[in-house]
Amino acid sequence: MSSKHFRFPVFGQVDYFGQPQHSAASYTPSEEKQRTTDPIVTGSSVIAIKYNGGVVMGCDTLCSYGSLARFNNIQRVKQFGPKTIVGYSGEHSDFQSITQLLDDLVIDDQCIDDKSQLSTEEIWNYLARVLYNRRNKVDPLWNNLVVMGFDKKTDKSFLGKVDLYGTCFKDDYIATGYGQHIALPLLRKAYSPDMTLEQAQKLITDCLRVLFYRDARSSKRVQLSYANANGMEISAPIELETYNWDIGEAAVKSFDQV
Amino acid sequence: MYRNQYDSDITTFSPSGRIHQIEYAMEAVKQGSAAVALKSKQYAVLVSLKRSSSELGSYQKKIFVVDDHIGIAISGLTADARVLCNYMRNECANYKYVYESDMRVERLVTKVADKSQVHTQRYGRRPYGVGLLVAGYDQTGAHIYQTCPSGNFYSYKSISIGARSQSAKTYLEKHFEAFEGCSLQELIVHGLRALRETIPNSDTGLTSKNVSIGIVGHDQPFKIIEDEHTAPYVTIIHPYRHILEMIDDEQAEPMQTN
Repeated sequence: MSSKHFRFPVFGQVDYFGQPQHSAASYTPSEEKQRTTDPIVTGSSVIAIKYNGGVVMGCDTLCSYGSLARFNNIQRVKQFGPKTIVGYSGEHSDFQSITQLLDDLVIDDQCIDDKSQLSTEEIWNYLARVLYNRRNKVDPLWNNLVVMGFDKKTDKSFLGKVDLYGTCFKDDYIATGYGQHIALPLLRKAYSPDMTLEQAQKLITDCLRVLFYRDARSSKRVQLSYANANGMEISAPIELETYNWDIGEAAVKSFDQV
Repeated sequence: MYRNQYDSDITTFSPSGRIHQIEYAMEAVKQGSAAVALKSKQYAVLVSLKRSSSELGSYQKKIFVVDDHIGIAISGLTADARVLCNYMRNECANYKYVYESDMRVERLVTKVADKSQVHTQRYGRRPYGVGLLVAGYDQTGAHIYQTCPSGNFYSYKSISIGARSQSAKTYLEKHFEAFEGCSLQELIVHGLRALRETIPNSDTGLTSKNVSIGIVGHDQPFKIIEDEHTAPYVTIIHPYRHILEMIDDEQAEPMQTN
């Protein structure tokens, strides 16, 4: 049988079935620099929209190992300081390292003790600089980051995105990963800036549901995060209502069993 | 000033718990020509007296632009001030690059103070022989800070440093309660009046040549007003203003009848 098919593994997969490579001796210094050339444990889409009076972000809790749904209860959003939440898709470990950077930043801020805190926009811009710097070293942090926040003083909400090349922009609605292809057209159609919180919530969950149907690296266990005048909140994971699959007698009925 | 056996070394305390070299550096600040700083809710103003080494030479620069939202007035060793000013410009530029926002004034002043402190504790170093008045406007409003060679810094409503600055302080203490609601022009005039107090009667007094003014505030990037541009303000505080105005009027009247 030809193993041609296996020569081109999916991202994160090792080609265990390929022909053994008896290549000529090549020079590989032991202290050669290791780089991320493709991500290993990855999260899929993050979706966020601004509504009238705040921002809502939604993402599932799955981190895949290649195409394997390996970790299905990982929180893919994190709060930094009192007014910023960051959600990510892409490499989980790279985000953990970004988490450390941002936590350091917030703690340094507290240590200066002048009661001023980094605004959401400043954190977003900092992330853009870090990711752009790493891309220039050809050693990128493999993440798409969605940064959101709400400033109570100015009553302004913020929503921005940074990708692994350091590209950054602000927008009223943002999607990453598979969501860029599937959720973004839906958001364009359904979005209006004067949505209420309930409408925004519904739009986000609808998009996540479509993604669950279409994106093979997603799950229906999702979390919503809010930034508005009442502060910041990351909700507990909820399970999306989906099509009734009982007819097929699913082997796995709930993710609690996994 | 008299010498004693503990005053030659920056790292040695005197038995009375003082470090004389630092105190001598503080004296250097008092040798420089006077500078005055004052602020309202929206604006911060620096006013300073320039000296020239000879009739043939130019006047020594006293006010420096650090960034669009911060400027400094100096008293003491101008060469040291230029070094500190360069450092402050660098810090502001770095902050703007990383966070794409203006550095908070107190953060910058803290950094300068930390830098000055190092020069009061290491063997073989000399403290900066310059005091700075830092005027700035950020998201928390208008600010005035004074830094010392000792590494201390203080926040003020209004303050003056340099030669005979006590007379300016007396003026400021008498009037500071009115500053908060002042317009930019009123602030400048108060500043000039305070500065006038520091000039001995025998001198020529304030002229548009020996005065420089720095302004910053809401919708007002830091701007230095010098030379002929100070004339409108200098004439306002001229002791014989009314007589001058009368002469002006007499000259103006025939023009009108033409």
